[in-house]
Amino acid sequence: MSIAVTVKNILKTYGKKKELVTALQDINFDVKTGELFGIIGPDGAGKTSLFRILTTLLLADSGTATVDGFDVVTDYKQIRKRVGYMPGKFSLYPDLTVQENLAFFATIFNTSIDENYDLIKDIYIQIEPFKDRKAGKLSGGMKQKLALSCALIHRPSVLFLDEPTTGVDAVSRKEFWEMLKRLKEQGITILVSTAYMDEASLCDRVALMQDGNIMSIDTPAQIVANFGRTLWAVRSGNMLHLLDELNTMKEVENAYPSGTFHHVILKKGYTDAFLQQALSETNNNLEIKAIRPNIEDCFMQLMRR
Amino acid sequence: MRTLKFLLQKEFRQIFRDPSIIRLIFIMPVMQLMILPWAADYEMKNIKLGVIDHDHSDYSRKLISTITASGYFILNDYAATFNQSFSEIEKDHSDIILEIPASFEKNLVKQSEATLFIAGNAINGVKANLGSLYLRTIINDFNQTVRMDWIQVPRFSPETQVEVRSSNWFNPLMNYKYFMVPGILVILLTMVGSNLTAMNIVKEKEIGTIEQINVTPIKKYHFILGKLIPFWILGLFVLTLGFIIARLVYGISPLGSFVTIYIFAGVYLLAVLGLGLLISTYAATQQQAMLISFFIMMIFILLGGLYTSIDSMPEWAKWITRFNPVSYFIEVMRMVVLKGSSLYDIRKQLLVMGVFAVVLNGWAVVSYRKRS
Repeated sequence: MSIAVTVKNILKTYGKKKELVTALQDINFDVKTGELFGIIGPDGAGKTSLFRILTTLLLADSGTATVDGFDVVTDYKQIRKRVGYMPGKFSLYPDLTVQENLAFFATIFNTSIDENYDLIKDIYIQIEPFKDRKAGKLSGGMKQKLALSCALIHRPSVLFLDEPTTGVDAVSRKEFWEMLKRLKEQGITILVSTAYMDEASLCDRVALMQDGNIMSIDTPAQIVANFGRTLWAVRSGNMLHLLDELNTMKEVENAYPSGTFHHVILKKGYTDAFLQQALSETNNNLEIKAIRPNIEDCFMQLMRR
Repeated sequence: MRTLKFLLQKEFRQIFRDPSIIRLIFIMPVMQLMILPWAADYEMKNIKLGVIDHDHSDYSRKLISTITASGYFILNDYAATFNQSFSEIEKDHSDIILEIPASFEKNLVKQSEATLFIAGNAINGVKANLGSLYLRTIINDFNQTVRMDWIQVPRFSPETQVEVRSSNWFNPLMNYKYFMVPGILVILLTMVGSNLTAMNIVKEKEIGTIEQINVTPIKKYHFILGKLIPFWILGLFVLTLGFIIARLVYGISPLGSFVTIYIFAGVYLLAVLGLGLLISTYAATQQQAMLISFFIMMIFILLGGLYTSIDSMPEWAKWITRFNPVSYFIEVMRMVVLKGSSLYDIRKQLLVMGVFAVVLNGWAVVSYRKRS
């Protein structure tokens, strides 16, 4: 398999000496052609900076990166011809209609809507009934479909999606990921960043990012498999009190709320029997069970290192 | 070329869809040209006069009626003492006091000379200055009339006298509107050119569309031309609208050729658009762009020779006006409209404007970057 994107020792800082903020610290990774690659991390992890460097909008302080075999600094003109970029913020012309926006982006890439209609058909067909509506008047989900259509209209070989699902309802999010899967089948390499951990499992491979560092790069399944510890889900009648109690116990390595349970990792050598014994006195309706960790648990665990 | 065509198509669509721009383009020139020339008039009228007449003679009454009949003065108060009259000035009811001393007539008849006292409120310097000037002229005239009454003027005056007769060339009636309208037109064109361009590009920055454009293979000069051409056309349109209003409302039609004006305006707009472009590369938000262009416009207008004559400025201020494109265009407009100057007469200004256009646009293009 060939490589679509390479990133080597990318470093990016903002600000002057005193208030120096390091957005990206020595980032390295490769993305294979045709892969759906997720960059998962909380706000401020450096996802957008990374995307802006790869789409030739921002210059890195040091390090090299290539997209589709072209260097982001020297061959930026080539890259601009063959990447699609959908920024996190809706940035199409709100005073042009859906159709006009799409036609405009098609023409500046020297193509036409008809030429690549097959690629965007699935997506565009959903907003076609509103094609004469101004883009600014569309709903959030529709805006996104339009933005994706515009990013795809020139049949890019690599697609960059910066937090495409932020602020989108659960149904639209699901739909959106379905669309990405179909695009992947067309052979387009997709890099997608998100702050939602649950979306990680939908990617082929994910990079977990935190404070400008990549903590782990692997398939979602492998990341979960690498968790290496037993995770306990604990629930009782007084959840707040339970969390306080767990956090003060020296045998507990980490405890945090997750849904209706608290997730607990015990130090080596302790099992649920210990928890049962320690908590049963002070808690009613105590329920303890071992669960499979998800990406979020892995993230929490990696963050502690 | 095809890219440029579509960029222009997109720009025009956006401009015509923005009701505020349309309103600005149509209403601004109409309002400014209809209202400002009437208000911005240098001629002082309605100067409020206070008179203290200690003489109460035939001549003093005659003098006062001559003054009020001139049309420039309104007799505000007729007081007995200077202090009374001065309190009127303090209350800003009077602008100028004329004090006629007792025995004004007596002195005039007996000694052939008499003195008068004029005091002006210099808080409004122009009013006080011009007011006392008018007053002096009227008194002078009065003086002449009195002499005529008394002495049989010989055929050749025994005393040498210099009499000045002036005639106003190019604007015989000294109509200030002829002078102001072309100037206001220039300011309008400058506002359309620099403000709208700057705001338009900064707006793209604000809503993030410029990012989307920057990742495309679109060329820098395509993008910039796509922004400049629509506003260039719009500027010439506003100029035409302005001339139509000037013709219909004030009856002003240029003595010189329209071709001369439009050629100069075309080059001038290039310079002003370059300025707008330059502002947009330094401003990140529309608010910033607005404040910068407001600041620049202020300097342009006040140091442009529209309201105050450049010739009467101190040497250093004159130097500043040489870097002010507005001052050149106002000069050219007045030359062509009032004097009928030809392209050859304005060649120097045209050349300077060309340099402005090249420098400003060049600077803007260099500082506009597609990536940070």
